Parts: sequence; structure tokens; C-alpha cells
Amino acid sequence: MSKSSSTPRTIALETAAVTREFPVKGKKTPFTAVDRVSLRLYEGQSLALVGESGSGKTTLSRMMLGLLAPTQGDVQVFGRDISTYSRLELARIVQPVFQDPYASLNPRKRLHEVISMPLRVFSSPSRDEIRSRVEELLRHVDLPASFAERFPHELSGGQRQRVAIARALINRPKVLVCDEPTSALDVSVQAQILELLKALRAEFGLSYLIVTHNIGVVSELSDSVAVMYHGKILEEGPVASVLSNPANDYTRQLLTAVLPIDPEKARSAIDAAMTSL
Amino acid sequence: MQNILEITDLEIDIPMKDGILNAVRGVSFSIEKGKTLCLVGESGSGKSLTALSIIGLLPPKAIRRVSSAVFDGQEISRLGERSMQDLRGRAIGVIFQDPMMAFNPTMTIGRQLEEVYLRHIARDGRKAREKALDLLRKVGVTQPENRLSQYPHELSGGLRQRAMIAMALMCEPSLLIADEPTTALDVTMQVQVLALLRKIQCEFGVSILFITHDLGVVAGVADRVAVMKSGQIVESGGVNEILLAPQMDYTRALIAAIPKVRPLEDRAAVHAMTQRSEAAHV
Repeated sequence: MSKSSSTPRTIALETAAVTREFPVKGKKTPFTAVDRVSLRLYEGQSLALVGESGSGKTTLSRMMLGLLAPTQGDVQVFGRDISTYSRLELARIVQPVFQDPYASLNPRKRLHEVISMPLRVFSSPSRDEIRSRVEELLRHVDLPASFAERFPHELSGGQRQRVAIARALINRPKVLVCDEPTSALDVSVQAQILELLKALRAEFGLSYLIVTHNIGVVSELSDSVAVMYHGKILEEGPVASVLSNPANDYTRQLLTAVLPIDPEKARSAIDAAMTSL
Repeated sequence: MQNILEITDLEIDIPMKDGILNAVRGVSFSIEKGKTLCLVGESGSGKSLTALSIIGLLPPKAIRRVSSAVFDGQEISRLGERSMQDLRGRAIGVIFQDPMMAFNPTMTIGRQLEEVYLRHIARDGRKAREKALDLLRKVGVTQPENRLSQYPHELSGGLRQRAMIAMALMCEPSLLIADEPTTALDVTMQVQVLALLRKIQCEFGVSILFITHDLGVVAGVADRVAVMKSGQIVESGGVNEILLAPQMDYTRALIAAIPKVRPLEDRAAVHAMTQRSEAAHV
């Protein structure tokens, strides 16, 4: 899926030595959640940010969404500083998909309202226009058109995540920032959402920033991967080379921690961990 | 080999607004002494209800019918609440997914661990404290003396999970029910907690009923596996049979749904693949 190196590539999102600190109660020195991170997401690329909880991956993604201002360094969106965009302008280009589809949809709105919300923020579309766009998006995420009249609580977790994706796509953004898009879902549903995200990427020509701790999601959905630990990027590169030939000890640890379905191999991985208890 | 637990024909109904939900339907299984049975399934398959029913912790409106439930040679299906309380925490320990929910946020870790001992074994505060310290040390909690006076929120997720395992072991139970004990943890921490559970099993000879939806975890901890779907066990057997040669379509689908990580051993193959795709672009 990687593009030929001969065509110049547009950079969709870029951070340059970006740092984010949070004040800590009762302490003079702040906590550095993200520490001088420089990353590039090229247009059409899918970049995964992996690391355990507390590694700073969500903080970094929130800065790339414009939801959090960096303490130092800057974030550029298609070559322009993120702070020069208005919220609406930015929302047309970069959209989030969150982890928990139970929390990210307004429980009191019907799904056509939920999905068309971004549309109505930018213009005053007619009722027919809204209906046809909502139906179009529902089709894209493989949900029946009849779902438009339903409420979020009538849907399963996987269906809700599809709705969240439809809402993110209705204004045809260029970049999706997906924070653990499948972690709250069952494995069989996870696989379906991964397939959907793969298909939509081609259909809409999207770039993805995928925040996850699931190495399986990384290898299914991404071209390249950046491994984060204690606010820093330890390693970055094409998925195939990082996963098969990790240069960093922590990356190796992260990879061996994924238990294979083979009982013998999984048992020996746990046995190895027993010796270090 | 003797069984620590034998459940025959378990049914759980939950009355809903529009009828009755048959959440668990005719489930039977047994666990050998000192072994681990994994109950696998997706959310809503009834695996947690099945486990909770053993210790009498079903939601109040749930209706349970069971032909027999024999724990350590004793029929426990018709025990009253009082006798059930004696069993719970003493002979059967429980580890939940989210330690933040299982601990009382207003009590110190030490007090909560000691309480189990005081309630079940003896009203001897000094011994309870010794036991708590000993177990915190055994489960790998750093600075156990200090932890006793800390509150749950002061511990990291991994430490809290270890503290909960210690609490479940306070009365040296013969059966441990672990409901998704590592789902809330990071992968690197998950392997450590699984290794810890194995160590405990070796040391105390405890049997484990392990509930999970993660087949990698199953591969690592299970002796036997029962796959649940819509309230029924669709397939059960030894871990190798189920994971390497599954008979049922549903089990196969569950295995196929897992996103593939190219394992480290396949390094050469992947390397060849990337070189090929790079070559294609030249």
C-alpha cells in the first residue's frame, strides 16, 4: 500500500518537537506527557501510534486533533500551523473516532440527527439533503437506511462504532484520528470494524492516525508504526520492518507480550515471564 | 483425578420488559483439582453469569435452576445466603476485571485484605496483618508495608490487580474464579499477571475458572476450554483440541477473527515480502 517514492508526498499532519506538560498538584515540576515528539503523517498513509497506557499516545493524538495546545513545539495540518485554523475549518479536515461508542453518541438523539450534526454545523441543508446524505453514509458503513430513525441504545457496540464512523465522514474529511477504535468491541466485531476502516480508507482517500495498544490492529490497518514510551517515540518505521525486526528492547517486549493462539508458544511466553517475577 | 467443581444443567433466566431472556441454557461443566478451565465467549454469551451463579452473586431478579452444583464434594446449589457467604472469599476466591470496582474506595488496601481473614478465619488482627503482608509480597507488590496503609486510587492498575489477587488468596481458597482478570491491563502487564496466576496455581494447588474473550490468554493458561455462545456451551475439550483443531464453525470463526500479528519467527518471510513490494516500486 506504500506509494512510490518518486511522487512527492503531501504531509497531512506533522508535529515538530512537540511537548505537552501537565501541572502536578503539590509539585513544582510539571509532568511531561509528551516529550519533543516529531512525527509525520503523509496523505493517504495510515500511521499507528502504539504504547501502553500512560505512554502519552492519547495526549499526542489530542494535540493533533487540535483539542489540546502543545506546551512547546508546533503541529501543522497540511502545511499550516494548527493554531491558525478555526475550529470549524479544522473539523472539516481532521475528525476523531473514539474508543467507546457507548459514550460518544448522544443517547437522546436519533441516529440521523447524530450523523448529520457535522453537516448542520457548517450549513443549513434541506431536510431532503440531510436524509440523502445520512442514507449514503449509512450505506458506506453497511447499516440499513432504517437505522436513521433509531436511538443509540437500540444498537450493539459494533453498530454504534459504525455510526460514529459515519458521523466522522459526513463532511468528507481528509484525516481520521482513531483512538483505540476497536478496544471496546468483541473480537468478531473488531475484525468487522477493521475491515470497514480498510475499505473506507480507499473509498474516501483517507489518512489514518491510529492510536492503539493492540499490535494486531497495527498490522492489519497501518503502513507505518511509531512506538511510544514515557512520552517519547522510541522507534518508527514501516510496520513490516518494525514488527519483524524491532530495533528497540521495549518494542521487542511489547511484541512478545502478545500471546499467540498456539498453546505451546503462549505457555512458554508466560513461563518466560514467570522467571522474572 | 478428582473434580473440585461439577455443574450440571445450569439455567439462568432474566425477566425483561418484553419477556424472559434465557441467558444461560443447559450448561454443564467440571473443573479438575489444580487445573484451569477457560470459559470463552463474546459479551452476552452468558459466561460471566455462569461464573457468578456459582458463588450466588447473580442479579436479584435473575432466576436460576440447576440440577446439581457440587463443590469439593458438597452440594452447594441449595445453600442459603449465610452459608454461601461462608463459602465466598473463603473456599472460593474471586478476581474481577476492574479492581477499582472491586475495592472499597474509602478503605485502605490493608484493612480490606485483613477483613477477609477476620471474617472467615479468626479474629486475630496481628495474624491477619501478617497474612496480608506475606501475600502482597508473594504477588509481587513493591513496598508491601507502605501499601497496607494506601487507598485503592493510590495504586497503579497493575498493582491494584495484584492486590486484588492477594485479597482473593487471603483464606487459601481451593477454587479461584477469575472474570477477565487481565482485560483492563496493558499487554506487558497482562503477561506478568498471568505468570503470577500460574505461580500461585503451582504453589497453592488452586483450581481456576478463568473467564475471558481473549484466545491468546486461553492458549497461555487453559488446561480445558468451554466455548460459550448465546447461553450454551457449543464446544468443549482440551486446550490443544479446541485451539488447534476446533470442530465447531463458531469456534473457528472466533479464532479467525483475531487480527494476525506476524510473529517474530516469521521474520524471514515478512522480510522477503517487504523486499518484493519495494522491488515492485522501483
